Amino acid sequence: MDIDKVFKALADPTRRRLLDQLHRDNGQTVTALSEHMDMTRQAVTQHLQLLEDANLVAIVWQGREKLHYLNPVPLHDIYVRWIEKFERGRLGALRTLKKKLEGDDDEKT
Amino acid sequence: MKKPDYVYVTYIATTPEKVWRALVDTDVTRQYWVDPKAGSAHVNVSDWKPGSRWEHQRTDDAGTVDIVGKVVESTPPRRLVITWARPSEADDDAKHSRVAFDIEPYGDGLIRLTVTHDDLDPQMLAGISGGWPIVLSNLKTFLETGRSL
Repeated sequence: MDIDKVFKALADPTRRRLLDQLHRDNGQTVTALSEHMDMTRQAVTQHLQLLEDANLVAIVWQGREKLHYLNPVPLHDIYVRWIEKFERGRLGALRTLKKKLEGDDDEKT
Repeated sequence: MKKPDYVYVTYIATTPEKVWRALVDTDVTRQYWVDPKAGSAHVNVSDWKPGSRWEHQRTDDAGTVDIVGKVVESTPPRRLVITWARPSEADDDAKHSRVAFDIEPYGDGLIRLTVTHDDLDPQMLAGISGGWPIVLSNLKTFLETGRSL
């Protein structure tokens, strides 16, 4: 899988929000996802397609319903290659400090 | 049909036969079923015939069994379906969750491996949701480089 596609897919606030939605409730249809987004169903479909191409979203067909699942495997690859080896412990402490000072900012952008 | 709880997809530059062997050959499972955080490795042991029992054993001397289940479907080298339970709940079918491995050729020497896990209780869900990405990432590295972890 092309890692450029993963970073490109993540480099957009709408697509990150879609992944957050799926993390909260995995296996949603486009219709269900569109309810949380301030855009047309067609625009949501296009964003989901990019996420699917990057393998960040996996599809399960249930009858005629297309269900979208957050696929964390490429995120794990990024984690191993660019995060884990850089002193996870101290990074965790820094993040905790930042969250305490700023409040939970995970899903603002 | 119920919707699955989790779906994991990875693309691996290998053949369906090699993935199948990695799933069912005890000596091969040892090479990648490793959680560096827990510092432990596991092997999967079974004859992989439908109806047979399988065990997820630690590779320590005691061979402690952490997960057990039954083989539901075994279609080499395409699809393996097993149930998944704590050893203390092995006799209660209602407590078994279900894992399906689907292996499809994807062209360009790639295969697509999809792992679907359903009927999870919340505790087991928390346990596996960190675990599958690690196992799949290890499996990919092992099959593509031959390096064990």
